[in-house]
Amino acid sequence: MTYPKTYRYSKEHEWISVEGALATIGITDYAQHELGDVVFVELPKPGTKIEGGKSFGSVESVKAVSEIYAPTAGEVIEANDELQNTPEKINTDPHGAGWLIKVRLTNAAELGGLMDAAAYEAYIADKGKEASA
Amino acid sequence: MESATISRKSELRKTPLNAMHRRLGAKMVNFDGWDMPVEYPSSGGLIAEHKAVRAGVGVFDVSHMGDIRIRSGLQLDGALAAVQYISMNDASKLAIGQAHYSAMLYPEGTFVDDVIVHRLGEDDYLLVINAGTREKDINWVRENTKKFDCVVDELSDAFTQLAIQGPQAVDVLQKLTRTPLSEIKNYWFTHGTVCGLRNTLIARTGYTGEDGFEIYVPSDVETSEEVWNQVMEAGREFAIVPCGLGCRNTLRLESKMALYGHEISDTINVWEAGLDRYCKMEKSEFLGRAALEQARAAGLQRALVGIEMIDRGIARDKYCCCNEAGDAIGVVTSGSPSPTLGKNIALAYVPPSFSAAGTILYVEIRGQKCKAQVVPTPFYKRPKKAAAPRES
Repeated sequence: MTYPKTYRYSKEHEWISVEGALATIGITDYAQHELGDVVFVELPKPGTKIEGGKSFGSVESVKAVSEIYAPTAGEVIEANDELQNTPEKINTDPHGAGWLIKVRLTNAAELGGLMDAAAYEAYIADKGKEASA
Repeated sequence: MESATISRKSELRKTPLNAMHRRLGAKMVNFDGWDMPVEYPSSGGLIAEHKAVRAGVGVFDVSHMGDIRIRSGLQLDGALAAVQYISMNDASKLAIGQAHYSAMLYPEGTFVDDVIVHRLGEDDYLLVINAGTREKDINWVRENTKKFDCVVDELSDAFTQLAIQGPQAVDVLQKLTRTPLSEIKNYWFTHGTVCGLRNTLIARTGYTGEDGFEIYVPSDVETSEEVWNQVMEAGREFAIVPCGLGCRNTLRLESKMALYGHEISDTINVWEAGLDRYCKMEKSEFLGRAALEQARAAGLQRALVGIEMIDRGIARDKYCCCNEAGDAIGVVTSGSPSPTLGKNIALAYVPPSFSAAGTILYVEIRGQKCKAQVVPTPFYKRPKKAAAPRES
């Protein structure tokens, strides 16, 4: 799967797609692949303030719970409620229909610390090498 | 830091099929010090593997399991006496070619490990033990069988062990052997030629709650891969898939089979674990028996129960169970979504007063009290085979 060029990526494997003061956040294809079949998602309610680098929810596969970390600060304006009944969308379309939350950015400067698609692909390629070493 | 990581990695033990798993693109994890496949994305992942075993057939590499053979010394019956002393089930009841579930106990009546005991011959037994407890088990067996006239050999590294599991396992394996498999009853075994390998141990055993077989073949890489490939080829028409430890866990959990370090451990006794029917108090003296007698007289302090989540949320290993007031009353030992039932299930230790089916309790999940109820176990029981149509 390709990593959209317009997205930014965190080391914790979240993506963020920014449009003006609003942004959509999800987990990357790499993250969903590492997790396996997603069966449960816990997301914050609209109005919740999230903080860069802090956990704002969790995604669970059969095997494990994985915290989701906010790539940047913001206020939640919408959570993807469809995932309650169809969490597998995170596996099948992690960069699209499997989005997690939409936020209003409160500290856009933090976005500078994130990776672009090329840097993120290099980052996960390195991880792959580590794993097979 | 870097070198520490690398050296830890290089210490991971590998089964003879390790390279095969990697070629198949398995996701590998450190399981009790073993580099093992947890799931195969090429099989469709954990849930697909789980369903394949329930409805069709899957194959697991379980070569990390340990094997201890105990056989006669100079006189006959030394091995039986040793096995009787170190395990709680009654091995004198085993016919040659029969196996049973049992456990080795500390004098406290708690678990060294659980074990499948196979009677290979007149006074000759094979104990199949867990991977994570191999060294501990073999040392413990050697120490505690010293006073018996028997010979103890560790054969763990001599075998590649494959578990072919599911209602169609018999059809797959039958293509690879002339031994009539339908004649092998559940928890019995025989020796036969499989994939051209003579004298292969074929046991109708498993850890999935489904019908199936475990075969033990020579552990060199070439033979192991050849057998694996032949099983896959024979299983093609049944849509066989390689299965990892992920679904092995969900399969055994649905069937309420204990996992060492979870439902059983050195701090949990036989009565608490609910394994009474495998513990034969009336047989000759065995390690743990005196403590178990005392424990029985003292009464149960906690019991292993099956629970099903009512609220949304997945109970997992070590999560706290509490009552309605929020007081801690117990702990989850294993928990997972159940792919067969489509519910979130768990096993937990709770006070006996909470053990009746229908009892409401709560599991604390990331600070939230989530409602659950005690349900009868096993969560899943395989359907009985339909009786063969009678000839009129």
